[in-house]
Amino acid sequence: MRFSHVLAAALAVAPLAVQAQDAARDLAASCAMCHGTNGRSAGGNEPLAGMPKADLVRKFNEFRSGAKPATIMHQISKGYTDQQIDQVAAYFAAQKK
Amino acid sequence: MSSIDRRAFLKAAAATGAVAGFSSLTGCATTPASSGRVVVLGGGFGGATAAKYIRMWAPTIDVTLVERNAAFVSCPFSNRVLAGTMKLEEITVGYDKLGPRHGVRVVRGEAVAVDTAKQTVTLAGGNALPYDRLILSPGIDFMVETIPGLASAEAQQRVRHAWKAGPETAALRAQLEAMPDGGVFAVVIPKSPYRCPPGPYERACQVAYYFKSRKPRSKVLILDGNPDVQSKKGLFMAAWNGEYKGMIEYRPNHELQEVDARTGTAIFIGDRVRADVLNVIPPQKAGEIARRAGVVNVNNRWCDVDWLTMESRAAKHVHVIGDATQSAPGMPKSGHMANQHGKIAADAVIALMTGRAVNDEPMIANTCYSWVNDREVVHVASVHAYDKGQKTMIAVKGAGGLSPAASVKEGAYARAWADAIWYDLLG
Repeated sequence: MRFSHVLAAALAVAPLAVQAQDAARDLAASCAMCHGTNGRSAGGNEPLAGMPKADLVRKFNEFRSGAKPATIMHQISKGYTDQQIDQVAAYFAAQKK
Repeated sequence: MSSIDRRAFLKAAAATGAVAGFSSLTGCATTPASSGRVVVLGGGFGGATAAKYIRMWAPTIDVTLVERNAAFVSCPFSNRVLAGTMKLEEITVGYDKLGPRHGVRVVRGEAVAVDTAKQTVTLAGGNALPYDRLILSPGIDFMVETIPGLASAEAQQRVRHAWKAGPETAALRAQLEAMPDGGVFAVVIPKSPYRCPPGPYERACQVAYYFKSRKPRSKVLILDGNPDVQSKKGLFMAAWNGEYKGMIEYRPNHELQEVDARTGTAIFIGDRVRADVLNVIPPQKAGEIARRAGVVNVNNRWCDVDWLTMESRAAKHVHVIGDATQSAPGMPKSGHMANQHGKIAADAVIALMTGRAVNDEPMIANTCYSWVNDREVVHVASVHAYDKGQKTMIAVKGAGGLSPAASVKEGAYARAWADAIWYDLLG
């Protein structure tokens, strides 16, 4: 693929596509009611902002498999795909604590 | 993609970003140009969230939030005020952070008209607010006119709903306090759909909790317009047959026909109940301003929306969120849901105003806690995803569920939830 073609394609598509970053941000917003806006906990529930991505993915998968006991996250975690978990974890890892 | 192509692609992507950044700055040398005006009507769980999140995600959009009350009072946890284990002040949060922290213009007032052709909102007093996008979060109004005997203001003072937290909650609490031991409290539940499906059953538990310690000879009657308990049935029944045994009685299929407010009597087909404290939760519909805006288009009660954008299917540039919407399948009318509608609307409004594509895979996680006494809580959880075939949000199979039993641990999580969600919309 030539550079000019890629550039042309990117120029044509970029303004219309949902930015992956925005999609991750939207997904992460569905965690805020318990874990705080942008994962910064208002106290009580575990903060997610600034946690290492790998730790977040591992914990989420442990909730999903039942390896990590929970009151609610074992039920919520089953509603998300691996790709969504990856996106959300990357988003929270990039937030300031 | 080869590594060379990949590098070229990244460079190209960076270049488009730079171009987009440049074009948004043209025509404004000093301050960022406004990319449009959004007006939000209603500062509850939905509207306050939408207003804050638009500003957080797109600071160039002007946002005005119109709210008639001086402060937000949370319906979740308001049943604890009835029990006397929380104070109204503890479930009240001000609007004072939205301006300084997020640049939301908060206007205290009442919207009385919407002109969807001219794209303006008129406030009581005559001021007009023009908008590029309008977000309606009007909550519910009560269809008191459908219940003979409940239409007058006098009747409504005697027979409270307390289904909007605030002065109503305080008034019902005062009635409970004034009731002599040995009295009867009756809560009348409308047919579904209504705001907060588990709320009336939680209320029965909370009033019984109060009676148990202070007025132990008293009774709680649940008169349900539905054929069965609408939410968390097993968990509530465990409390009714357990710690509240002999105190709470449940009667299904009790659709209210008439009220005699003077004697505190609720009249049903085949049953009449006189209560010392009669609490009627009337049938509900979208808040009045939605009707005036012309967006009530389901059964003369609810607003049908496009679930990708929350935009009304009856009027362009008008988005409706929260309890006023025609609910998606399996989606309760709740503050938690309204908060997430607010975020979907925020993202979609930004996309539509800035010319980017709308997120076509919105997700909602639902967590709903109910107090069975002063420290133990039960929950129901679900996850909802947009289904492209059915063009609506549907519950994700295999996800979600209920508490195995009431627990103190979930009581602590419920408190943390309240702090987090109140902060998420107003902090």
